[in-house]
Amino acid sequence: MSEKIKFTIDGKECFAEQGQNVLDASRDNGVYIPFLCHVKGIKQAGSCRVCNVKIAGRTMTACTTPVAAGMAVENDTPELRDLRLAIIEALFVEGNHFCPSCEKSGNCELQALAYKFQMMVPRFPYQFPQKQVDAENAKILIDRNRCILCKRCIRSFKDEKGRSLFAFKSRGHKLQICIDEECAANITDEMAQEIMNICPVGALIKKEKGFNEPIGTRKYDNKPIGSDITSVI
Amino acid sequence: MRTTVKNIIAKYNNDKTRLMDILIDIQSQYGFIPEEAVEVVAEETVLSKVDVVQTLSFYHFLSQKPVGKYAVYLNDSVVANMKGRAEVAKAFEEEAGCKFGSVTSDGMIGLHNTACIGMSDQEPAAIINDVIFTNLTPLMVKEIVQKMKKGVTASEMIKLKGEGQNGSALINSMVFNNIRKSGPVIFAPYDGGSSLKKIIKMTPREVISEIKASNLRGRGGAGFPTGLKWDFCTKTPGPRYILCNADEGEPGTFKERVILTEVPKLLFEGMAIAAYAIDAKEGILYLRAEYKYLKAYLENTLQEMRDANQLGKNIEGKEGFDFDIRIQFGAGAYVCGEESALIESAEGKRGEPRNRPPFPVQKGYLDKPTVVNNVETLCTVVKIINHGAEWFTTMGSRESNGTKLLSVSGDCEFPGVYAIEWGMRVRDLLEMAGTENVQAVQIGGPSGICIGPKDFKRTISFEDIPTGGAIMIIGKERNLLKDVVLNYTNFFIDESCGSCVPCRAFTVLMRNTLKKIIDGKGVKSDLDNLVDWGNKMKIANRCGLGQTAAQPILTTIENFREKYVELLQEDTKYELGFDMEKAVAASCAYVDRIPNL
Repeated sequence: MSEKIKFTIDGKECFAEQGQNVLDASRDNGVYIPFLCHVKGIKQAGSCRVCNVKIAGRTMTACTTPVAAGMAVENDTPELRDLRLAIIEALFVEGNHFCPSCEKSGNCELQALAYKFQMMVPRFPYQFPQKQVDAENAKILIDRNRCILCKRCIRSFKDEKGRSLFAFKSRGHKLQICIDEECAANITDEMAQEIMNICPVGALIKKEKGFNEPIGTRKYDNKPIGSDITSVI
Repeated sequence: MRTTVKNIIAKYNNDKTRLMDILIDIQSQYGFIPEEAVEVVAEETVLSKVDVVQTLSFYHFLSQKPVGKYAVYLNDSVVANMKGRAEVAKAFEEEAGCKFGSVTSDGMIGLHNTACIGMSDQEPAAIINDVIFTNLTPLMVKEIVQKMKKGVTASEMIKLKGEGQNGSALINSMVFNNIRKSGPVIFAPYDGGSSLKKIIKMTPREVISEIKASNLRGRGGAGFPTGLKWDFCTKTPGPRYILCNADEGEPGTFKERVILTEVPKLLFEGMAIAAYAIDAKEGILYLRAEYKYLKAYLENTLQEMRDANQLGKNIEGKEGFDFDIRIQFGAGAYVCGEESALIESAEGKRGEPRNRPPFPVQKGYLDKPTVVNNVETLCTVVKIINHGAEWFTTMGSRESNGTKLLSVSGDCEFPGVYAIEWGMRVRDLLEMAGTENVQAVQIGGPSGICIGPKDFKRTISFEDIPTGGAIMIIGKERNLLKDVVLNYTNFFIDESCGSCVPCRAFTVLMRNTLKKIIDGKGVKSDLDNLVDWGNKMKIANRCGLGQTAAQPILTTIENFREKYVELLQEDTKYELGFDMEKAVAASCAYVDRIPNL
């Protein structure tokens, strides 16, 4: 077995596997670094920037930074808390997030982070952009009002020939996700559920049955996001 | 159509990593990329349709709708606007009979705005069907549109030609070089191929050592030591690649255009030296779409060098020194000037910068170790090999050896290319360029800094003001916030790849706040917010674009704060950005009521 690497997060001594990134390692050590776009085991996107930490004076995303021996990671600092809150607020104003009417309310990672960071009113003015809902696919509904462009769906789902089910279109603030009509034509109910589950927000909704659990008993209704990680150790 | 498209794809061996070339060829064939072509490309390259659209919708010059038989791309940069772009645009609209952003109903003429096309020394300028038109006037526009209506091709419209190679048969362009100061390095006379004869007697390690000893730092702006980059690249097993970054998209830059026009062999020779040093067999010149008018000329130059055994197999008779270069065109995306985005684009994908690590020297083009160097850097390498590292270190300043090419434009008498020694004071440069009543100088393009007269004593150098070379001079009469800062901020909004949340969202939010201030509705807290959000942009984004996108606002607040303060509502603390009339306009229109405010 290879030697574990020693490093610290906010002074707490932690251990990581060789080549492990800071975000995955933090979780194994019971330290919560907030994130939105990361999915363990899938190639990192490094795009939400919520997991930004400070290492040797430089801000870098924990999900894309491999742990090095002796690394001192700053995580829960006022500066980083404010940066993360600003990013979350920006996501709220650049989209149209109406939590009370969303199927994912209570299971939504964006909403959970907003509670975690005690967001009251975003510091930015709401943009109220016009977004298109795409209901063409038989199993999946895309509600772009709620999409945070984290690329989780793009990175997770390919067909047997390696072709993407989801991809970006355009760039900058016009960026949006699209579903491929051919590759996604015959997805199963199980896969549609998987797609809905991997989406951190309510942008990808399995058609016909939006949810099983009532509001009040969902994942983040009673416990803040990250508590499953910090309660491990 | 299917057969034609299939033939295009077959030309690139149905290789999805050549998707850019495939799409560019389809675009020139049909004037757009039809839905059916997307289907064929997806089938033939084993991609899904959304994959194909992902790449094509990323690039400004690729379109799913027809762009016009004559597609006019009129530069909308700060300098173009200084030089009378508004009148030229108006003339185009009047003569063509359609607005910018649309195509005439008969599909004949399309008018499109575009970011800086690398002609800041001869604005207003436009690209029409890959042909460059410079120093445009409303009268010229009238003539051009009349000729379009008669079916004259864009290249047939060129009468007056530029100096040097611009007038040659293969370029046939009205572009001028405007070399104002040629300097002792890049534009100095040289005997083509002599550096190659020299390096084949050296080991690759000796070549790297020589470049290291010269302290050459990358000329693209970041200033990474070139020798060190090459050295790092050799640490990972090959095959290795040399990519030359000729995407110069920073508004106000055009020096690489002049290098590619006058001394392209110097550049290709530089790539061959780098290839020898790191043992690369293949090189790619990534060239911005705006410079497509140089394509035939550059292809011909490569062939001449192959014929002279300066490229190809056993270069200069040296056994095993094999190296060749292909040209990869971009399709209109500033962010592709970022080296990892450039690699993504060269692999046929959307130009989204990669996460680091791994660095391109470890895992670059096709996941192989890759050196990406700037055009000017590679040209400089040739001269260092020719004259020796010591010669090079006698020029420049303490931390910045050698010379730098500057692209000077804006409010000055002599816009053009200046080869200066690093360490020159801004004041001396302004004097050379023929300026008076300078309000501000934008150094390093929008991603650089904007300074006022109190800083003109500062020097252009890595230790003081580093720059990739764009110098834009802004006269006293200009409205700094409206004419310059707003334009630059809009530029970054358009060019963001959209991946990082702060870059995608904060740019828009900052622009809206800036507009609010310009409209006289800002309050003190807006100014504080701009600084706070801008500083977050600097640290929170992945690539150089996102990290510097707030620079136009941040550096003008720092150096020209009074220009913001004088627009703020004094003694007002509450929000004035809300416009009641605008807010109720839609509902009033719906019920046919006049707002009663």
